[in-house]
Amino acid sequence: MSILVYTESENGKLKKAALEVVSYAKAVADQMGTSVTAVAVNADNAETLGNYGASKVLLVKDDSLKAFNAKKYAAIIENAAKNEAAKVVVVSSSANSKYLAPLLAVGLDAGYVANVVEAPSNVSPFTVKHSAFTNKAFANTEITTDVKIVGLSNNSFGLVESGGSAAVEDFSPSIPDSGVTVESVDKATDKVSIADAEIVVSGGRGLKGPENWGMIEELAEVLGAATACSKPVSDLGWRPHGEHVGQTGKPVASNLYIAIGISGAIQHLAGINASKVKVVINTDTEAPFFKAADYGVVGDAFEVVPKLIEKLKAFKAANA
Amino acid sequence: MKILVCISHVPDTTSKINFTDGDTKFDTNGVQFVINPNDEFGLTRAMWFKEKQGASVDVVNVGGAETEPTLRKALAIGADSAIRVNTPATDGYAVAKQLAKVVNDGGYDLVIAGRESIDYNGAMVPGMLAGMIGANFVANCISLEVDGTNAKAVREIDGGKETVSTSLPLVIGGQKGLVEESDLRIPNMRGIMMARKKPLTVVEPTDASAETNAVSFEKPAPKGAVKLVDADNIDELVTLLHNEAKVI
Ligand SMILES: Cc1cc2nc3c(=O)[nH]c(=O)nc-3n(C[C@H](O)[C@H](O)[C@H](O)COP(=O)(O)OP(=O)(O)OC[C@H]3O[C@@H](n4cnc5c(N)ncnc54)[C@H](O)[C@@H]3O)c2cc1C
Repeated sequence: MSILVYTESENGKLKKAALEVVSYAKAVADQMGTSVTAVAVNADNAETLGNYGASKVLLVKDDSLKAFNAKKYAAIIENAAKNEAAKVVVVSSSANSKYLAPLLAVGLDAGYVANVVEAPSNVSPFTVKHSAFTNKAFANTEITTDVKIVGLSNNSFGLVESGGSAAVEDFSPSIPDSGVTVESVDKATDKVSIADAEIVVSGGRGLKGPENWGMIEELAEVLGAATACSKPVSDLGWRPHGEHVGQTGKPVASNLYIAIGISGAIQHLAGINASKVKVVINTDTEAPFFKAADYGVVGDAFEVVPKLIEKLKAFKAANA
Repeated sequence: MKILVCISHVPDTTSKINFTDGDTKFDTNGVQFVINPNDEFGLTRAMWFKEKQGASVDVVNVGGAETEPTLRKALAIGADSAIRVNTPATDGYAVAKQLAKVVNDGGYDLVIAGRESIDYNGAMVPGMLAGMIGANFVANCISLEVDGTNAKAVREIDGGKETVSTSLPLVIGGQKGLVEESDLRIPNMRGIMMARKKPLTVVEPTDASAETNAVSFEKPAPKGAVKLVDADNIDELVTLLHNEAKVI
């Protein structure tokens, strides 16, 4: 018996979320008195997972798995879970992990809870806390099946280095045909994605037009952040749809969310409430975002943002 | 093509979320229920297939009698008939199990579900359903074309999008993008009148128990007041983010 964890990588490099799910799995393993086995696909630096608590890594190297495929990846994890007699499987909350986890749940006949924000409060019965009602509340849910799948919310647990080391083993399970073939991927490779970002800089209708996004991008660049926007901004075509965050857009669970010229409508807040620290910049003192934010600046974005960029550059230079 | 659209009956977005019975039950008092926003996009896309490609469109909900007004609304938008599986929606697995029976009994080629429902946000029903019935599955679907038994879909991925080809039978988890929001259908008078005459069949559940059980709920701890920083003193904001919030 062990805890199995699926670790995502991109272009051979493990994602930060992968280190986080391993840190989480280690905490669960300690609670249950067992060890952590990680599954990685085409990762070049799999041994680093040892430092976050994995004692074994099952590494699949296969060029045909370069493009993510939910059914194939779910089959790999299912195979590994059966080999290891895993009682708990941990995955992240990336779009890909959320794609494969329900398939895996059926394959393993395992109860699955997504958007989990803490280590289990109890392992018998196995009870986890997760966000619900689009981040307006939390539920404490028991998983009653023998095998359990936990989907961890990004940035909710953090990275915990344990200084251990992992034995990396080659793993080559049989992989089923997948009924879904990836034809093409359209992705800005040099940009931080909203799901992976620790900091998100987001602009709303208050920015008046797409020509004013230069300063949003510059602020994001200084902070190493992803850029996002409110729904009307993407509806108006000022920004791509993939940047729209909120209830009907992408969820954000970053450490820092900076909202510029966004009123803070409930549907917007629903998608970003899981972010830890929120900053709002808005001319209107009555904007609802001031009730949801930790820090606020009442002011014109066109004056405040350039100043903020300048101060952050100075801060970075001083702390380099 | 026979299409089934899964309709989740959820609290309207602006609802205040409260719990009763010692925080063990969702308080429906004063809550307005609506078609799950992600399902609305799917339903409108299904109407497009019906009108342009001659598909039939049924809608289904797993839930008690209180969800019927939501199904009637889907009929008023243009679905041909509705099915209600008469059992409370306990968890994603149990719902998927009931839906699997409906799909198998009805011989549907395409099942359109929402990416996730806005009450539990699990994003698990469509994938579990696909797994159970052995159909192909595309999550976070923002575009879908069907030609015979072949399908082309675009799905949103972290940081971009991906185009995939697949085939029927197919289950998708759909979202905004499947149709434009301005194209969403609103029931008109004629639709509402017609919906009254359309069949709404109640079927009894198959045996399926839940695999997870929400034992209690809690609301986020009340937040302290926002700390305001003067627009002329942005240095202070940088200092606060570094020293106090420790996020930069
Ligand atoms: C079912 C449903 C789902 C929805 N889902 C989403 C969703 O997922 N995401 C989402 O974002 N919205 C969503 N919405 C829409 C939401 O209700 C709001 O309409 C939207 O979030 C408002 O966007 P905004 O704040 O950019 O624009 P506005 O509401 O127009 O606000 C603009 C803000 O900018 C400020 N401003 C103006 N000029 C300046 C300046 N120079 N400097 C600084 N501030 C300035 C104004 O004071 C104002 O507060 C949804 C709505 C519905 C009904």
